Amino acid sequence: MKKLLVHFRGYKKQCVLAPLFKMLEALFELFIPLVVASIIDVGIANKDTSYIVKCCIIMALLGAIGLTCTLFAQYFSASCAVGFATSMKHSLFKHISSLSYTEIDTLGTSTLITRMTSDVNQVQSGVNLTLRLFMRSPVIVFGAMIMAFIVDFKASLVFVVTIPLLCIVVFGIILSTIPLYKKVQEKLDKVLHSTRENLTGVRVIRAFGLEQSEKTRFHKETEELSRAQSFVGKISAVMNPATYAIVNISIAILIWRGAIRVDTGDLTQGQVIALYNYMSQILIELIKLANLIVTMTKAIACANRIQAVLDTESSQQNGTSRCGLSGKPSVEFKDAYLRYNVSPEYTLEGISFTANQGESIGIIGGTGSGKSSLINLIGRFYDTEKGQVMVDGVDVKEYDTEYLRESIGIVPQKAVLFKGTIRDNLKWGNKNASDTDILRAIELAQASDVLEKCENGLDYVIEEGGKNLSGGQRQRLTIARALVKKPKILILDDSSSALDYATDARLRQAISTIDFNPTTFIVSQRTASIMGCDKIIVLDDGKIVGMGKHNELLHSCVVYSEIYNSQFKEEVQ
Amino acid sequence: MKKNKIKASSVKRVLKYIKKYSFLLIISVLLAVITVGLTLYIPIIIGDAIDLIIGKGLVQLDKIGTLLLNVGIISLIIALLQWVMNTINNKITFLITRDVRNEAFDKIENLPLKYIDSHQYGDVVSRIITDVDQLADGLLMGFTQLFTGITTIVGTLIFMLTLSPIITLVVVALTPLSLLVASFISKRTYSLFKLQSEARANQTAIIGENIGNLKVVKAFSHEDESLEEFDLSNEKLKKASIKAIFFSSLVNPTTRFVNALVYAGVALVGAFVVMGNFGTAITVGALSCFLSYANQYAKPFNEISGVVTELQSSLASAARVFELIDEEPQMPDDENALVLENALGSIDLYDVKFSYSPDKELIKNLTLRVEKGQRIAIVGPTGCGKTTLINLLMRFYDVNSGSISVDGTDIRNITRHSLRKNYGMVLQDTWIKSGTVRENIALGKPEATLDEVISAAKAAHAHSFIKRLPLGYDTVISEELGGLSQGQKQLLCIARIMLSIPPMLILDEATSSIDTRTEIKIQDAFALLMAGRTSFIVAHRLSTIKEADVILVMNKGNIIEQGSHKELLEKKGFYYNLYNSQFEIGEEQNNEKN
Repeated sequence: MKKLLVHFRGYKKQCVLAPLFKMLEALFELFIPLVVASIIDVGIANKDTSYIVKCCIIMALLGAIGLTCTLFAQYFSASCAVGFATSMKHSLFKHISSLSYTEIDTLGTSTLITRMTSDVNQVQSGVNLTLRLFMRSPVIVFGAMIMAFIVDFKASLVFVVTIPLLCIVVFGIILSTIPLYKKVQEKLDKVLHSTRENLTGVRVIRAFGLEQSEKTRFHKETEELSRAQSFVGKISAVMNPATYAIVNISIAILIWRGAIRVDTGDLTQGQVIALYNYMSQILIELIKLANLIVTMTKAIACANRIQAVLDTESSQQNGTSRCGLSGKPSVEFKDAYLRYNVSPEYTLEGISFTANQGESIGIIGGTGSGKSSLINLIGRFYDTEKGQVMVDGVDVKEYDTEYLRESIGIVPQKAVLFKGTIRDNLKWGNKNASDTDILRAIELAQASDVLEKCENGLDYVIEEGGKNLSGGQRQRLTIARALVKKPKILILDDSSSALDYATDARLRQAISTIDFNPTTFIVSQRTASIMGCDKIIVLDDGKIVGMGKHNELLHSCVVYSEIYNSQFKEEVQ
Repeated sequence: MKKNKIKASSVKRVLKYIKKYSFLLIISVLLAVITVGLTLYIPIIIGDAIDLIIGKGLVQLDKIGTLLLNVGIISLIIALLQWVMNTINNKITFLITRDVRNEAFDKIENLPLKYIDSHQYGDVVSRIITDVDQLADGLLMGFTQLFTGITTIVGTLIFMLTLSPIITLVVVALTPLSLLVASFISKRTYSLFKLQSEARANQTAIIGENIGNLKVVKAFSHEDESLEEFDLSNEKLKKASIKAIFFSSLVNPTTRFVNALVYAGVALVGAFVVMGNFGTAITVGALSCFLSYANQYAKPFNEISGVVTELQSSLASAARVFELIDEEPQMPDDENALVLENALGSIDLYDVKFSYSPDKELIKNLTLRVEKGQRIAIVGPTGCGKTTLINLLMRFYDVNSGSISVDGTDIRNITRHSLRKNYGMVLQDTWIKSGTVRENIALGKPEATLDEVISAAKAAHAHSFIKRLPLGYDTVISEELGGLSQGQKQLLCIARIMLSIPPMLILDEATSSIDTRTEIKIQDAFALLMAGRTSFIVAHRLSTIKEADVILVMNKGNIIEQGSHKELLEKKGFYYNLYNSQFEIGEEQNNEKN
């Protein structure tokens, strides 16, 4: 967590001034009981009206000065806390963007989003509250004690017992409830999970007639939640009554001892009242402090989680090379092995093949055979454990990844578009693309009809997650996005799954006529999609079990002919 | 006006939930009155004690001792009663939220699919989780602070009036100031908060898109642009946040300042009263008592204004939950509805008309007779109504007009439960219930033995991958945990129906994510299963449906062609084109390259 403190840079002044002004406010507040005491002992005793008026004006002034101090403090702490969070969010976002696929897989995107949003917010309010209260509360608590000692040392000895006792009660309860609240949260998460599950799985639940058993399960979960909540409620409900009792008993003792001191002439009546007031101030402040501690523990937990993300380093070292060699194959795999971080088994084993510029490579194989993993190696989204992947004769690890990826156009399995116009989205491929370039790519991607349906053409605004487009429309636009890049290597990762056969076929035909002549990788489960390729790689369980043209493979590769026959049974017969 | 009505009805609804626990509530209120009364009495005793401390040699220690002993004892009593009260309040709150959640959840189980399909899951979930939590917060604050707040105000007023009407006047006249100031500030900050939450929502959307799809961002080396966009939103949010946080944090200090003024006023007037300038004099002890009242008197007002805002937002939340609870449930099963046992499987659709929204006609004049044991394949382009037909068969939706009957009985006269139990359904969108693999397979037959589960898994070709899971059939899986590929999930879903073996089958793209070789094997198992059972198959792999008895070619909600594979090919119509598009072009390309 300590490393996060750098984000206070630029706010050092505010960071010091905020608590300082708060402290000033607290100090002024501490004078009030003394003023009241002198009203009683001097003003009332001597029937000195002007003295009383003066004292009351002083009290009002003390209040006004206190207010001014707080205004500064609140402003400084607000800008410090928000500035801190803003700076932290910036580095967090930047850091997350720098992680490689391996880390993204390990951490999970939904976790990363939570870190960026609710965790950062928690930390922000923690910082804000800490700056405001962390100095004020101790100053009041101990200040009140010191002031009491100044008024009368002997009568005030009870403070020495009361304050530690209050601290024990307050912090004891907080510390003992923190784990209990965690349990409550877990139970609430369960309830949330069940609710969600019953919505996403509503068809299956109803198809199997599970409504009643789901209800029973849910009721059990809410019952458990309610029990856990009541239990922790019982414990935290001790806090206020206990502190109240302690303070009042202390006041009784204080007055008793004060009375004795007055009797012997060492103390005045007004001073006893002042001591009494100091004790009351302590009580109010301690409760604030308790709330602060709760917020702080939460904020610290969040800060640690954020730090953990920041501590996760990308497992890839960026290379420096920004050009390939001429006369070498466009893509070459040399005995490449890939293993995902926790997996005991290789996902890809001993992959070797070459693809020359302009060739089309089909990759086919069953689910989990390693098709997507293979193409992910080309753009160095994962690193091989053994062997090499070369693009234009240079190991991908030696490239500056940004340069490498600029030459690759990928159409991912999941058709993701971003909020913004169609033009904005397609410009992801190439910032400087002209409308003509974009329209050409759309045409190639068989997406012209999508554009026709959108009223503003390229200016049509795609909603978050592409909600206002169908799956097939999105998919074709993602293909266009990759084509705008005019990449040297084009990768279609099972990206025609949402297209019907006819469109898929037209798309492939269009791609084969592209003028910038990319090396094309087509991943598919459909034989029809890849049978026209220059080279087909058949994967099975992470290994290449066949490589060649369609007709060759049909005879030489059992796996391939099996797949083919299953899809074209009748025709072959 | 309308808003107020909604609020009023929400209040009534909340009260109804509370009514169930009215006994606890009465005790809580009684305890509140007692503790507040005693709490206010303590400063008076202390004031009396202070009055006995007059000066050197004039202190009546024995009397003071008794008074202070009382203070100690009463404080202990107050503490105990307060604890009991808080505990009761907690209990009522959590019981009520439990009740509301249960009712809302029960409603979900009983809502028409139409509602669930047309609402975002996140929205419904947040009603049951966040909104109910908000309601709980409001209730808890209401119970603990509203009662005690009001009784404190009333009690203090009475105590003060008996002590000195003049000083009371000062307190009563000045206190509203702090309320005015507080409400003035919060009104101003409301719009700032709105700006902040807009800026925040904007940023959250950017985060969701760019981090959620980080892999795409990286594939296009778009990190810098994303960061730029993010920083822009970050800067905007920063500005909005500083303003909102600063202005809202003014409430406390300013009310504190007003309270300081009240305190000074009481001290001033009080001092004069003590000196006898306003007729009846009071003692110094009474003045100290007043000062402590003045300190506390504004507090309940501030708290109540806090409670009011909290209550308002919790009522808004409650209204959202009630909206869900009040949703029209699906039409309940008829009292005399038939319980369908082992259907034979003849299905009649007669002149069915259906649409999801009234302005967009989907299915019309659909008539179809399915003999028992027939295999029906449904094909057609995306959005042609394939899935809709399944929704109607399963009675997830009711037809607008016309009828669907199973074994000659209109399905509206059959209990939903028994109708659905007769279908075995595997959907393209797999759904895994969080639980063990075994529980997932035994979804339709919880009493199944492990052997039965295993043989079902074997039939679905899922056994081999399940075996390799860390705990085999006892491995806990869920949608969120991941770990299973889409294809494996589909195998599990198939295993479910292999176990329950219902008389009719619906396979909606059931094997879309399974690799072709496994698919071939599963097709064999399906063939076995489908023998003698009426089955509906949706697929866009035409090869998987060629063997159907009847192929329904759907387009735009209507069946445009109907017949066997051969017949339809001979017809050279829509199906013919659809079928050929998968082979023809592949061949063409092949020839070209060769």
